[in-house]
Amino acid sequence: MGRPRVYTMVIASRLSAITQVVEAVMARAEPYHYGENARFAIRLALDEGLSNAIRHGNRNNPRKSVTVRYSVNEQRVRVSICDEGPGFTPGAVPDCTLEENLCRPGGRGVMLMKAYMTSVRFNAAGNCVTLVKKRKPAAPAARRPRGGR
Amino acid sequence: MSKKDSRLQIDKDGEITRISFLDRNILEEANIQQIGDEIAQIIDQSPNPRLLINFAQVEHLSSAALGTLITINNKIRQKGGQLRLSNIDPQIYEVFVITKLNKLFQIHENLEQALKSFK
Repeated sequence: MGRPRVYTMVIASRLSAITQVVEAVMARAEPYHYGENARFAIRLALDEGLSNAIRHGNRNNPRKSVTVRYSVNEQRVRVSICDEGPGFTPGAVPDCTLEENLCRPGGRGVMLMKAYMTSVRFNAAGNCVTLVKKRKPAAPAARRPRGGR
Repeated sequence: MSKKDSRLQIDKDGEITRISFLDRNILEEANIQQIGDEIAQIIDQSPNPRLLINFAQVEHLSSAALGTLITINNKIRQKGGQLRLSNIDPQIYEVFVITKLNKLFQIHENLEQALKSFK
């Protein structure tokens, strides 16, 4: 089995363009029958990653684009999202789960991506994120009890 | 009651305003902004806002939607009002747990319990 094909989409920095990217990735994943939880996770993480790229990376400037590369196979869904912004330091985002930050409206996107994906990696500049969701291995078949009927 | 072009179903139950979402996915920024503005208007018009937001239809929401809910909660608290959330799908509830927002919001399993909880 060779490497999965990598698809590329380039979108203008408009939040309304997010849906078409999410649907394109989900359509490629569909034949592999990822479970409901995985599909929920991928949709959520993609939405957060794309929204961050458009809003914070490209500052909603439609002349700037977001480049999405994605590939899907039986084992995993991988999506990289790159914007034209200066990047950011993910570690500098305040911990939104601390009690003193619970009332802050923002800062939950990266955290949710990390919670729902198998891995979330940023490039050194911080303007490109790669999201990977691996399929959970199937639960081992129940052993037949010895001497059982 | 649902105004034309509104993304919400709004009903009055005595002093309590019940709000339901018409969208299954609360992801798009423009929609989230509209929802936030509509609910802010309700809060502004009430001296003692008591809001119950019903998530029964909702299948997906983003951190931007959570942000709007937090802003709504902050506005209601400033006016000494009360906010309750109900009928949250287990997958969505997990998002509240991961972000620890289940500690910030009063979340109830169903409308009946949520209505009873108002003081």
